[in-house]
Formats: sequence, structure tokens, C-alpha cells
Amino acid sequence: MSAPGLAELLERAEALYLDYRLGAVKEWKQRTGGLAIGYMPIYAPRELLHAQGVLPVGLMGGRDDLEIIKGDAYYQSYICHIPRSTIELGLNGSLDALDGMLFPAICDVIRNLSGIWQMQFPDKLSHYLDLPQDFDPEMGGKFYRQDLEHLSELLVQRGARPLTAEALAHSIELYNAERREVQALYELRRLQPWKVPTHELYLVLRAALVLPVEESTAMFRQYHEAVAADQARKPVDQARVVLTGSFCEQPPLGLIKTLERAGCSIVDDDFVQVHRFIRSDIPASDDPLGALVNAFLTDGMASPTRYVDRGRKGDELVQRTKACGAEGLLFCAPSFCDPALLDQPMLVRAVEAEGVPWTAFKYSENSGQFQVIREQAGTFADSIKLWSNA
Amino acid sequence: MSRPDAAVAAASEASKDSSQVRQKEMIARHFDRLAKSKETGEKSAYTFVPGNLSELLLSFDVLPVLPEINALQSAMRGRSAEYISVAEKLGHSEDVCTYVKSDIGMLKSGNVGPTGQRLPDPDLLLLSYTGCFTFMKWFELLQQEYSAPVSMLHVPYQADGKITDAMRTYVVDQLKRKVIPTLEQVTGRAYDEDRLKECLALSAKAEDDLVAVLKSARNRPSPIDSYFGAVYYVGPIFSSFRGTQEAVDYYKALREEIDERVAKKQGPVTPEGEMGAERFRIVVEGPPNWTSFRQFWKMFSDEGAVCVASTYAKVGGMYDLGFRHDPSRPLESLAEYCLGCYTNLSLPTRIDLIVKYLQEYEADGFLINSVKSCNSFSAGQLHILREVEARSGRPGGFIESDLVDPRYFSAANIKNRLESYFQMLQQKSPSSVGLAAAR
Ligand code: SF4
Ligand code: SF4
Repeated sequence: MSAPGLAELLERAEALYLDYRLGAVKEWKQRTGGLAIGYMPIYAPRELLHAQGVLPVGLMGGRDDLEIIKGDAYYQSYICHIPRSTIELGLNGSLDALDGMLFPAICDVIRNLSGIWQMQFPDKLSHYLDLPQDFDPEMGGKFYRQDLEHLSELLVQRGARPLTAEALAHSIELYNAERREVQALYELRRLQPWKVPTHELYLVLRAALVLPVEESTAMFRQYHEAVAADQARKPVDQARVVLTGSFCEQPPLGLIKTLERAGCSIVDDDFVQVHRFIRSDIPASDDPLGALVNAFLTDGMASPTRYVDRGRKGDELVQRTKACGAEGLLFCAPSFCDPALLDQPMLVRAVEAEGVPWTAFKYSENSGQFQVIREQAGTFADSIKLWSNA
Repeated sequence: MSRPDAAVAAASEASKDSSQVRQKEMIARHFDRLAKSKETGEKSAYTFVPGNLSELLLSFDVLPVLPEINALQSAMRGRSAEYISVAEKLGHSEDVCTYVKSDIGMLKSGNVGPTGQRLPDPDLLLLSYTGCFTFMKWFELLQQEYSAPVSMLHVPYQADGKITDAMRTYVVDQLKRKVIPTLEQVTGRAYDEDRLKECLALSAKAEDDLVAVLKSARNRPSPIDSYFGAVYYVGPIFSSFRGTQEAVDYYKALREEIDERVAKKQGPVTPEGEMGAERFRIVVEGPPNWTSFRQFWKMFSDEGAVCVASTYAKVGGMYDLGFRHDPSRPLESLAEYCLGCYTNLSLPTRIDLIVKYLQEYEADGFLINSVKSCNSFSAGQLHILREVEARSGRPGGFIESDLVDPRYFSAANIKNRLESYFQMLQQKSPSSVGLAAAR
């Protein structure tokens, strides 16, 4: 099959990203008769769902084009924006294609949203995925495995096929392949950021959330091939930065573009982290469920939502910053995001100890004005370039 | 979450009840021991109120230090604004929990506790992580300040409204394999289950008396205020004293005092003295504001509003629903305690509870004090408001403030809202309200 043209691919990715009503999910359901289950950021064991014939659908809130009519009646002004857009989408019927929702244990807002969801949508599956904060296989691992087994049963009760080791092993392979494609794109961006502008990569990452893994893997590959081959993309002299803090509520696409226009080349980030949350291939095993559990325990990213029990807080960020040759760091977190903002002083301390320049700002998924951020990021990029040229 | 033995700061002026004098002495002794711990060799652990392991610490003779208490005590002493500002200058966001910032600011300002004595550096950071993710971040922050070992106890969330065997086992396993070995290592002593059982038996006794005190609010007039006043009553049991004979004696005396008030048909004692006629019976959801605690209480008592039940008084345990520490199942019982604290309950369970309180305590309505700091409490409270109103048929009120950041306590605004709310209650059920006033 010949890879579609880049413009066409990006157009499709953008359409998938923009489609609040999950048309692709509806089509998939019509085609397969399978269940579709939504999940909130930042991590869900998609392999397990896939192995039971279920389509995992990643949800990441709304944008500035979503009119919040009912959602604001659920949340006070000092709570981040993503729960209100998610409720809005649930109540306005956009998520009707979903047969249920998973709420990963990442913060109190998502946790409490799981309860609201149970009450608002009593006919749908609503599962709080109580990800362990103890990473010992005999304790946190045992507990998490039981939770996954329970989830698997709940899916069967809704009509999914029972989980088998063979099917799970196959799904793990498929997601390993997808992860490798995503990592390869991140690697290409590290090496040649002008080939992979982040506002494009972001669209592809978002589009992949609503596609079956077989299709998303192909899309990542096609995008990779297309941009690698695109000779019109020439090196540009921008400041290489890592962006961190945007793992849950997402910045508007316009903000990402603004940062790029302001002179920042984003060479690593934590957008749409589910694709890379597990850092390496999950190994083949006679006990694939055990392997899936173990991957979460031992190979998950050092997210602010995850207790860092070994090593120094911020070590991973420092190491990532060095690995991609970044010259600076953007702390870019949603307003009122507890995990990101409570983490920030510790991360700042770690990167300052390494002499990495940084700047920080906040956003909301529905922000429409970026003038202040544009100036701040522009000044930051200029100062980096000045130093690196000095 | 918080707890209020701190409320002692206000209590000293507020009330002359002998139970409060006794509590004040208990707390003074505790802080004195902490201040002298480096000389006496006593060990201390920093830990949190919800899901605290007081009996286990006690069985190892480890003294607890509770950072939330430090924060709220700082607020009651008028110091939290300065501490928060210190933390914000160090880069802590204005958006996050002010308990954390007050604690960090206090630590950076010399770590002087409520009695004016310096708190010891911890020998152990015991992160019992129940009901709030911020606790985890808070202890990651504290880890950067101290070299003490950390023991993390992850307590799963009761998302489906029940404690499962898997949850209980997970917590017990962590107690056995992580928390107890760390305590053994820190103290150089072996785990003594008999001692733990003795402590748990004492806890259960005190818990019986606390429940009797809380349930006394079913009387008309209620002899207690179960939100503001309860801050004093839950103090010892939520914190350092659960599992001690001191706590048993305190709660016995408190119960006797309250029984006497019931017999005499007396209402609650407020900071201004005996409260006047009971006009409104209110259930409250959400923590109090600490920076203007007395002023806030007065806004209720001036209107003859008595809080007959509150969810805040359950952040350190749901004793009124029947939970007791059980010496025959020591670790399982500790696990169930951790799992059962109020902020670890699902939103539907919280709604059921408030509806139950409205009925059980024959309340006229309910009020939500939504605090900016606390997503664990606040995210979802507007939904709670609507659901409880719909299910109970009783009117709900909603006010916004903060725990320990005075910038978010707008007295005039809150007073206005409360007055309108009480007026609305008066109009909605003039007969029952009039009846209550006449009693
Ligand atoms: S943006 Fe932050 S606080 Fe809000 S739901 Fe996501 S992780 Fe939680
Ligand atoms: S967020 Fe709420 S429960 Fe958590 S520490 Fe702060 S006040 Fe306590």
C-alpha cells in the first residue's frame, strides 16, 4: 500500500482530533460490533481491552471551540478545565458511542469525576483504575492484577470476549509495535526537529487515540516515512526545548504553534503520554497479564502522578533533557493542576542543579489568547540562542 | 486532611469546659515531648491525619507529627499568610493546596510549632496516603528537606463504595512488609503485636464515647455543634492520642459533660459562650476555614444555626457508621480504618451519607463550604449539592473559602450568603423552623 500524501494524512489526523462526536469510533463499532471504552489520561492498559475485542478510546477533554453549557455547573472556577469539558461531552451526547469509561488514578479531580460519571451514566461501565503506588510485584503488582482481572470480567459482562493469554500476547505485540513507531518519531524529532514539527506530531498522536492500534501504527509509520522523505523541510535555527507539565489537560493546538513560532523547537514533551507511558517493549511471556502488570510497575514514566520511591525527583526529566540535547525547559502546566504544579518546584530544583535554563507558564485547554506566552517564550528562546552563540 | 487539636488556640478563650482544658494540657504535653525528643531519644514520625497509624506508632513509642495540624494551627495563630508567602516565593504555585504551602513555609521559617517550641526533624516520614493525592506530593516535597527514611502506604480508593478483600490485603501486605519493618529499623525494636492490640482496645473504647458525643446532636436542642465544635471533640482521636488511656479518659469525661448538657436541654457552647435558641439545624460538608474560624462560627451561631452533623468530622474515621479499631484483627482493622476515612469514599457514597445525616439529625438543610485548596473534597461538590437537594428535598447552600489562606476568606461575602441562606430556610419551612426556635 502506498503511503498517502502528507497533507492528506495530516488532514485526516486533524479531522479525527477535531471530531468530538467520535465518528471513527462509531464506524468501527458498526463494522465490528465491538465495545468501545473511553479512558482518561494518562495511562490505560489498552492491550487488555484490545485482547478482548474492545476499542480503547483516549479522551483528553475539549478545546476552545467547545461551548461549556452544563460542565461549569459541575465545577468551581478553581478546578482545572478538563473535567468540565469531559462532563459536557458526556452530557451533550458526544460520547454516546462509548460503552464505558476508565478513570485512571492520577489525581483527586479524575477520581471524583469517576463518581459523577457513575451517577450520570448508570447504564455505562464506569471503572476507576486504581493504579498502584506501590511497585512491588507482591503488593502493588498483586493488587493491580486483581483490578485488571476485575475489569476484564466487567467487560465480559458487557459482551466483550473473555481474556485469553494468546490474545493478550498478540495485543501486547501490536502495542509494542505502535510504541516503537511513536518512539521512532520522537527520535527523529530529537535528531531533526525541523522534520517533525510538534504541532503536526501532536495531531497524529491525538488522532491515534480513537483508532484501532493496527491503524494507528500504520498512520505513525506513514507519517514518519512522509516527513523523512520531505526534502522541503530544511533545518531551522530554533532553541531546542523540552516541554513538561502537559500530561493531562492538553494545551490548545494554537499554543503549541505559538511556541514554535516564538522560536522554540520542542524536542521532547509529555503530550498524549499513553502512547509512551511504558518506556520499552513489554516482553513476550507465558503470563502476558503478569508482563503487562510488571511493565507498569517497573517501566512506567516518572510522571508527577506516580510516586517516586527510588532515585531523585526530577532525575528522569534531567536525563531526558540531556538525552535530547535540549537547551532549555518549558514548564507548561494547566492552571489548577495539582500533580503538575506540586511537582514543579522539585523539578525546577533538579534542572537548576544541572544549569538548565527554564521558564514556566500555565494554560487552560480553552485558552484563546497566547500573546503573553508568545512574548515569554520568544524572550526565552532568544536568550537561549544568545547564550549558545556566545 | 486536617484536624484540629489546634483549635485549642481558639478554645483557650472560647470555652471553659473541663474537657477542653484537659485537651489543651494533653496537647501541650505532646508538643513538649516532641520538643525534647532529641534529648530524651524519643523518635518522631511525620504522618497525616486520615488513615493515620497512631496505634502502630504508639506500639513502637514513636511520636506523631501531623503537618496538616501544623498548617491549621499556623492559620489559627495568624501565621499562615506569611508562611504561604514564603512558599510561593520559593516557587510553589498559587493554585495548589495551602496546607502544603503553609507547612513548607513554616519549615523554612524555623519549624516552630504551636507551643512556640521547635518541632524535631523526623526520624521517619510515614506517608499513609489515604483520600488525597496531594499527600503524596507533599511527602515528596518533605523528602527533599529531610534525610529520614520514607515509608509509603498506598491506600486504594473505595470507588465502588465498598472495601474489597483485595484492597484490605494490599494494605495489610504493605503494613507487614514495608511499614512495620521500617518502624523496626528506625526504632531498633521488634514489632509487638500484643502492645498494638492493647492500644487498639483503648482506641475502640474512646471511639464508643466519641460516637455517643456526635450522636447527641440528634437531641433538640443539640448540645453540641458538630462542625465547629466537633473540631475540638475529634482532636485527640484523629491524631496523636488514639490508643492511649489519656484519650479514653478524655472521651469519658467529654461524654459525661455532653450527657449533662442533654439532661439540662442546653445547646452548644460557642466561642461567645452559651448559644441562644436553636433556630436551624444544619448538616455541613467540607472543611472549615481556619484563618477566621471564630468569625465563621459566629456567623452561624448569631443566626441560631447549629451544625448537627458534618462530613469534616469524619475525615479521621467513620466511627459513627460503626467502624471500631478491633484488637482481634489488628492489621486488618488498621487497613479498614485507612480505607474508610471520609475523603476515601466515592462521590455517590458521600451523597448517601449527607442524605442520611439530614434524615437522622432532622436537619433543616445543608451547607457546603467549598475550599479552594482541596480537590479531594471540592471537585464534585456542585454535583453533591444538586443530588442531595433532589434526594432529600432539603435546601442546600454553597459558600467558597479556603483552609489556611486568608486571601480567600471574604467575610462580607460569606456572611451575606449565609444570611440569605438562613432567610431562605426560614421561608421554606417556617413551621419547623419556628418549632425549633420555640423549643
Ligand atoms: S489537569 Fe491535572 S488536576 Fe486536572 S484532572 Fe488532569 S491531572 Fe488532575
Ligand atoms: S488537598 Fe485537601 S485532603 Fe489533600 S492535603 Fe490538601 S486539604 Fe488535605
